[in-house]
Amino acid sequence: MLLIKCPYCEEQREEEEFSPAGQAHIVRPLNPEELSDEQWARYLFFRKNPRGLHHELWLHAHGCRKYFNMTRNTVTYQIMETYKMGQQPSVTASQEVK
Amino acid sequence: MSNSINMESPLHHAQLDSLVGQSSAGGGVLLHESKYLGHLNLRGNAQDVDFLSGIKKVFGIDLPTAPCTSATGELAQIIWLAPDEWLVMVGSGSEYDVELKLRAQLKGHFAVSDISGAQTILELSGSHVIELMKKSSGYDFHLESFPIGKVVGTTFAKAGAHILRLEENKFQLVIRRSFSDYIWLWIQHGCKECGLTIV
Ligand SMILES: [Zn+2]
Repeated sequence: MLLIKCPYCEEQREEEEFSPAGQAHIVRPLNPEELSDEQWARYLFFRKNPRGLHHELWLHAHGCRKYFNMTRNTVTYQIMETYKMGQQPSVTASQEVK
Repeated sequence: MSNSINMESPLHHAQLDSLVGQSSAGGGVLLHESKYLGHLNLRGNAQDVDFLSGIKKVFGIDLPTAPCTSATGELAQIIWLAPDEWLVMVGSGSEYDVELKLRAQLKGHFAVSDISGAQTILELSGSHVIELMKKSSGYDFHLESFPIGKVVGTTFAKAGAHILRLEENKFQLVIRRSFSDYIWLWIQHGCKECGLTIV
């Protein structure tokens, strides 16, 4: 069982209260009508599946019902940080060789 | 009034009123349903001073803006649900008047919704209530992590619930209408060791 800190409730809570919601920081294109089918499909369906650090969207489903972001290691399950919507991660894999 | 509609709590079928005073062995947990209260869901911007002052004018108390806090006044009990969302519980039948007062005071971007029919409130107390809470929820019920007045949105028997600590051995649960029968059965089952009294 993971202990997850909700940045809105400001507390560590049991994983049971949360739902994962996939990759974080996906921005909806502002001009969908100008996109090719491939570009639109990339926005809709294509997701990262990294081994190591990943930025994910989670929902505090039974708590404040807010979405927030999490930086998590997909190998060790270690949670590096959680942060509010609109914020950027402070821990990134950019230094690492991808 | 003619054409009156009989209100029924989601636990109507359990006939708790007829069970008052009855208890199973020990009676270590006391259960009371605070039915028919008015429940208003309130949304707004906690940084908006006009919104905060409007709320204070209606209820005479400050809106609890810190996470997991609550406030109780003569007219209402308000619990924090999220940074921009609160549950206001008012006396039975007064919800419409309170909603009108809120709409008269508040301006701009806010929302008030009457959700009285969507949920009900259970009060759990007694000498063994902590044991029932511990077996029903993963939250830490120690007074240090869960002081009196704190409200926690968490799971109770895997169903969502907002749990408010009223006293060291007294909790108020806001539960969904659709889960109320399940939770009533769970509480009966969970109190088999220590006994349950309906009050
Ligand atoms: Zn939360």
